[in-house]
Amino acid sequence: MSKFRSNGKREMPELNTSSLPDLIFSVLFFFMMVTSMREVELKVQFTTPQGTEIEKLVKKSLVSFIYIGQPTPQWRGKIGTGTRIQLNDKFAEVDAIHDYVAQERESMHEYDKPFMKVSMKIDKNTQMGIVTDVKQALRKAYALNIVYSASAKQKKNQ
Amino acid sequence: MGKSSRKVPGLNQSSTADISFILLIFFLVTTSMDTDTGLTRRLPEWDPNAQEQEVKIKERNIMTVLVNRNNEILCRGEVIDISELKDIAKEFIANPDDKANLPAKEEYEIKGFGTVITTTKHCISLQTDRDTNYDIYFQVQNELSRAYNELRDEWCKQQFGVSYTKLEEDDDRKIYARSGMYPSKISEAEPKQYGK
Repeated sequence: MSKFRSNGKREMPELNTSSLPDLIFSVLFFFMMVTSMREVELKVQFTTPQGTEIEKLVKKSLVSFIYIGQPTPQWRGKIGTGTRIQLNDKFAEVDAIHDYVAQERESMHEYDKPFMKVSMKIDKNTQMGIVTDVKQALRKAYALNIVYSASAKQKKNQ
Repeated sequence: MGKSSRKVPGLNQSSTADISFILLIFFLVTTSMDTDTGLTRRLPEWDPNAQEQEVKIKERNIMTVLVNRNNEILCRGEVIDISELKDIAKEFIANPDDKANLPAKEEYEIKGFGTVITTTKHCISLQTDRDTNYDIYFQVQNELSRAYNELRDEWCKQQFGVSYTKLEEDDDRKIYARSGMYPSKISEAEPKQYGK
């Protein structure tokens, strides 16, 4: 008879699941890393200006965002086309900035609080009136480190 | 023949943990966290009592940059083009020829470095109108930053023989240039309503 003929009762070995926890953990860690950067749904649209002297913001956890721009098309029917401020996930008025900053600061570690930064993502075509209002509100809320968010422009050769 | 119950040996799984860790590290490295970039500024503290008080600064020490509602730039009373601003600002900040209408130079001690002679009391006051375009305002801020950075760069090259931009962020030499020799003094003044 052939050597390779199998005629015994061979059992299918069970799948070894001892590494499953490791896999799960790695996936978990991965998602933890990725989702620590909160992605908000943007309700305003903006094109930030371009600059040559911009710096990178190193620590993401220290940064809170304020978005200023025109509402996106699906929101225009409801609230018009005027320039609006977005905090977290919703439209807000300048008065709400104080609470927003306080809330953001509350969610930080104690030792990080002095280094809190507010990044303002403002559309190019915004008028300075609303920007100065926001800046004044930030001063009152004692959020003094601000960032004018911008994208990089290639330096001109001098 | 072959009647004995043979068992298939279990796969050696001891390396799966390593594999999963490699995967984890791979994702950690390759996931681009879209880092935000921009111009960093510090606002003056809010002091409700100081609303009316005008801070007295000698005229030679202040450079007023006003961007009006027609997006024209007025620097020390003259209309200028954005391309001229950087050089005007550089001359103002450093005052290389000791001019009487530009900021006075004084001795200033940078901790850990020594005494330098620099314009310690200069101030760039940036004013806008409510109808000024944000993009123009940003470009002005950018040009002012560029003036500072170029001065720091020149100073670093002269003192240490290295370019300011090539130094690490926490390098002492960079800190001497940034917060000692040429600290950024851009005042984000209260908004004013000009001509309506």
